[in-house]
Amino acid sequence: MPLIDIQNLSVTFRSGADRVTAVRDLSFSVGAGESFGIVGESGSGKSTVLRAICGLAPITGGTIRIDGAPLASPRSAGFYRRVQMVFQDPYASLHPRHTVDRVLSEPLVIHGFKNAEARIEKALEDVGLGQGFRFRFPHQLSGGQRQRVAIARALILEPKVLLLDEPTSALDASIQAEVLNLLDRLRSERGLTYALVSHDLAVVSHMCERLVVMQQGRAVEELTRTALQSRQATQPYTRALLIASDGYSRAPGP
Amino acid sequence: MTNLLTVENLRITFPTRQGPSEVVRGVSFGLGRERLGIVGESGSGKSQTGRALLGLTPPPGTATADKLEFDGIDLRQASAQTWRSLRGIRISMVMQDPKYSLNPVMTIGRQIVEAYRTQKGGAKTDAKDRAMAMLEAVQIRDPARVYKAYPHELSGGMGQRAMIAMMLITEPDLLIADEPTSALDVTVQLEVLGILDRLVSDRGMGLIFISHDLRLVSTFCDRVLVMYAGRIVEALQATELATAQHPYTQGLYTCLPRIEGSARPLKTLQRDAAWAT
Repeated sequence: MPLIDIQNLSVTFRSGADRVTAVRDLSFSVGAGESFGIVGESGSGKSTVLRAICGLAPITGGTIRIDGAPLASPRSAGFYRRVQMVFQDPYASLHPRHTVDRVLSEPLVIHGFKNAEARIEKALEDVGLGQGFRFRFPHQLSGGQRQRVAIARALILEPKVLLLDEPTSALDASIQAEVLNLLDRLRSERGLTYALVSHDLAVVSHMCERLVVMQQGRAVEELTRTALQSRQATQPYTRALLIASDGYSRAPGP
Repeated sequence: MTNLLTVENLRITFPTRQGPSEVVRGVSFGLGRERLGIVGESGSGKSQTGRALLGLTPPPGTATADKLEFDGIDLRQASAQTWRSLRGIRISMVMQDPKYSLNPVMTIGRQIVEAYRTQKGGAKTDAKDRAMAMLEAVQIRDPARVYKAYPHELSGGMGQRAMIAMMLITEPDLLIADEPTSALDVTVQLEVLGILDRLVSDRGMGLIFISHDLRLVSTFCDRVLVMYAGRIVEALQATELATAQHPYTQGLYTCLPRIEGSARPLKTLQRDAAWAT
């Protein structure tokens, strides 16, 4: 049984003339321990899929099941213990006036976890930040360190599933490599399941075994990593993305 | 070939509570009618270098140089009047995000016409024709609609193209593009680069292309300057990036994941304190 099972998902914002359909009729499933990529350009609805899973966007059609159980709205506390999200911009997703310690202890208080002290220390070690970072504010951290704090915050409840929304696109290339390595290591150590959204095919190829390409809210095609690496895309849109990822070429097509 | 632009020993300093902080430390380069890339990580001083060439170092920062010469004009001593005759006319700059660099309460058409008439004067109808032609030149399919549109009515890619149209209508000799395509999708990005590319090859414009994207720069530019901590650590031909000598350039290049598959874990950049000195 897949851990995340999405069938015919639609997400519509507003109503009447203002109606915007961000996701149309999207289906995919992610097995336990798998890493699944969602690729697309801006406005393709890729982030909205993750937001719909964790209750930040309305599900207006279709179903999302986690472990076979349909999701309750609003999501239960138990859901958030199993599913956590890491957002794109570590400059915007951490409260500017909360210390790292407070960011990490809040989920523990909400979910009634004991021995917060030991858990916070361990969470910081796990993401490669020492205890020296515990009482710092976000403005005293670099972008890569902030994203590590965001990952630590998501992992402190020991979830099974991480929803990663462009976790490295706000970071420099050298820092991106470090964060991707961290995510890779945490997944193999803890048997985590990832759903990773990115506009960068190379990142998805490195991180995910399977992926879906989205355009204007629809799935264009689903590929395995092997198919992506050997460039066996059947849809013209996917091929265009693959070519564009190689950089600029003199004498462009038309 | 005489250089369009010569920069020698450019230094940019910002005062801080801990004393002056030098963000650009002795940058020298020459630019002909070519595509020159400047790459580096955030904080390496690449954007500040670009701004200093237009005399736009934000106060209280100060820029000094042994030589800063554009087509025989000494930019260090330039009066406000000289700057007015250069900025946006002979040297233009395209910024990263069109959302912040277009005037939100003026239509695109009015902004482009204003840019044109400030320099060339002439009749309004004439300027409008030129603006429409320019919008068409940057591959906007429906120039009449875009001409009448306000910036918020355009997508990021459209806004950036309109911005480029405005910067190019005065036919500058030098264009400084600071991450002009970072906010755009990959497919749109290539179209915008194609426009810039044609301007360099057809009109002989000089282009300084500032970017953090090594792969893009290596495929687009002729020459690349690699900046680290306010210095140029390596200058090389774009085609030679894969065989770069400096460990920083190599590190930046090898830490990128590749679609065809990459090392696991990815190689990370091991910084050496000696690079900064």
